[in-house]
Amino acid sequence: MMKNVYSRPSGIFEGAVTGFCPGCMHSSVCKVVAEVLDELGMVNNACYVQGVGCCGLAVTYFDMDTVAAPHGRACAIASAFKRCSPETLVFTYQGDGDLAAIGLAETMSAANRGENFTVIFVNNGIYGMTGGQMAPTTMVGVKTTTTPYGRSESEHGAPLHMCEILSQLEAPAYIARVTLADVPNAKKAKAAVKKAFQYQLDGKGFSFVEFVSNCPTNWGMSPLESLDHVHNVILKEFPLGEFRAK
Amino acid sequence: MSEKIFMKGCEAVAETAVRAGCRFFAGYPITPQNDVPEYFARRMPQVGGVFIQGESEVASSNMAYGAAAAGVRSMTSSSSCGISLKSEAISWMAGARLPVVVANFQRGGPGIGTIQPAQQDYTQATKASGNGGFKMLVLSPSTLQEAVDMTWQAFELADKYSNPVLLLMDGFTGTMMEPVELPEALSDEQVAAIRATKTWAATGKKGGPQHKVMCGPGLDTRISQEQMNIRDGKMYEEWKTTEVEYEDYMTEDAEVILTAYGISGRIAKSAVGILRAEGIKAGLIRPKKVYPFPDEAYEKLNFDTLKGIVCAEMAIPAQFAVDVENVVHGRTKIATALSSGGEILDRSAIVEAARALCGK
Amino acid sequence: MERSFIIAGFGGQGVMVMGQLLSYTACETTEKFVTYFPSYGAEMRGGTANCYVVISDDPVGAPKVSQADYVVALNDPSMARFKDAVAPGGTIFVNSSVVTIEEDREDVHVVKVDAGTIAYELGNLKVLNLVMVGAIIGYTEVLPAENVLQTAFKKLGAKRPELNPINEAAFKRGYAIGKAAKEGK
Repeated sequence: MMKNVYSRPSGIFEGAVTGFCPGCMHSSVCKVVAEVLDELGMVNNACYVQGVGCCGLAVTYFDMDTVAAPHGRACAIASAFKRCSPETLVFTYQGDGDLAAIGLAETMSAANRGENFTVIFVNNGIYGMTGGQMAPTTMVGVKTTTTPYGRSESEHGAPLHMCEILSQLEAPAYIARVTLADVPNAKKAKAAVKKAFQYQLDGKGFSFVEFVSNCPTNWGMSPLESLDHVHNVILKEFPLGEFRAK
Repeated sequence: MSEKIFMKGCEAVAETAVRAGCRFFAGYPITPQNDVPEYFARRMPQVGGVFIQGESEVASSNMAYGAAAAGVRSMTSSSSCGISLKSEAISWMAGARLPVVVANFQRGGPGIGTIQPAQQDYTQATKASGNGGFKMLVLSPSTLQEAVDMTWQAFELADKYSNPVLLLMDGFTGTMMEPVELPEALSDEQVAAIRATKTWAATGKKGGPQHKVMCGPGLDTRISQEQMNIRDGKMYEEWKTTEVEYEDYMTEDAEVILTAYGISGRIAKSAVGILRAEGIKAGLIRPKKVYPFPDEAYEKLNFDTLKGIVCAEMAIPAQFAVDVENVVHGRTKIATALSSGGEILDRSAIVEAARALCGK
Repeated sequence: MERSFIIAGFGGQGVMVMGQLLSYTACETTEKFVTYFPSYGAEMRGGTANCYVVISDDPVGAPKVSQADYVVALNDPSMARFKDAVAPGGTIFVNSSVVTIEEDREDVHVVKVDAGTIAYELGNLKVLNLVMVGAIIGYTEVLPAENVLQTAFKKLGAKRPELNPINEAAFKRGYAIGKAAKEGK
């Protein structure tokens, strides 16, 4: 008799065809989240609020309830949704443009109120879906379609560090930055997601997991080069770790 | 018959909403509707409902969207420039077909304009409250009793069509006080039963198929945006026969028609008697819903004997009058009696305009 | 029969309470139609406060009128602003304790009420508004005096029942002035 050691998480569509680019870690983030939901037995009681941008492509993966949010508003919608349906495990799935630029007020305010839901934040340092424009998380010096001469700190500001910013607030219960760029870190990342969801199930309040991700297409790199870039460059700007665990 | 209570418009609307089973409200401070969020802040905890003061109009309207997606009767309110900010979420509500009641306590504009009462958002309310060409039923009360009745009706209609409904108020109907009789509150069981009918709410698959509250087709290839527009367009078209609502007052023998909606509607109505006492046969057409527009009320008029129509509204340039002109299409004279930017419409201006049409 | 009022004074003179007292009485003790509209502005403190009350046997049209049957002016700024807002044949009730501006129109009546002094004599300046309400009722008979008094007990006495006697005394002093002005015309 064969032992089943690995299978598709139940929260991922059978035969799902990805909308994500080859080598993009978004699909892996979706898988990690779905695996954790299975481990917690919450797939049937979960609802994710999708942001706008590449994060919206998660709709092709996640076989669970969902509410689509206007660009940046996921945290406002999740706040109300969770308060009206406290028994549902609610998480937002947002990119950096969505969460840290247009949705900064909604993100900060929901975090500051200590709303009892989880944010899954995928930070790839660029606006992917719209074709590689500067994001609030874009590194200084990086050329994008809207910073053709490179991001300049004097003109565009320095990258926003959401975990560090949110750590200034009193209310958030759990804040962590993780990556799936290598296997040991991927294990830690999954543990962080599980912890964040558990915090929510325990009613502890706002939990936030930032995934330092990649964008091979708009970074103009092969998938492997993009992973090296994460290790060699991005993680120096965005250090991993738990910032808050109440 | 319930007791007659002397109430402020904002509070009458909020209390009626609670009685109609509204269990979520999010708002943001803006004059002249601050009594609405303040009332809900006091009242929601008493009925197990949720009140959130959002960080902006943008956020609070999206919160109302989120609560509706969870199956709860949901509401948000604002005033004019705040409604412009809410137009993002309103458009999404219409796109996602979510039942939410939105109230606009109109003030003068454009932009921040003035905090004083006005009716300058008519065109926005009836033609384009957001991008994409969607429609909402737009209810506009003249009296506070009507505000109470229409608030109740708004929740019913929002659920009936699974679509946002706009309650078009103004600074007067929001801040004035007038006697009202309130409807009996739905019981907790009734509120729960209404929520239970919303089987599309995204509160977990519970072993069944996925629930998706989406605006537009997203990546779903089974339905196109055009098909969704056709589906919604059909509903909007149906409203023109099923949802038209207006008051028709002493129009049968009228030689001159006064027409107005909302706060101006009651002022125009009070001018009818004055004109009749002078021997001018005046009548009134008062749309209760300004969308769909009650074309039939004007179509019924006898244009052979009619000397003209006076359109009265608190908006300069006129907005409501444009819809009247579009129906009348040159078949009779149209005059306007207008005020704007916080000035109340003077009844005497309506009376004089009617006299002039009648050559008196 | 429709009667419209503009009541104006400094914030803190009890302008809104006056309007509400008339309105609640009309709503709760008569079959009349009534609207109350408190003017609102951007300032939270200072400046003048004013409200509009319309009491009618028929449904009320505008809750705010540009020409009122009665203007009640509790201070000079209010008198300056609203003295021309009285309809011809209408009446201005003036708190003559502080109002110095005279009405020079011949088509309006003026009822001077030394409300500040009376309130001072009664021992509480805050009952100035009850004196004025008494004068309005004595002069206009728009509402039964007893009903207004009962409403005052019910609304104002709910929190401060110890003030009922002084409120009643103030109302009655004003009422006598209003009635005398009406009869002396």
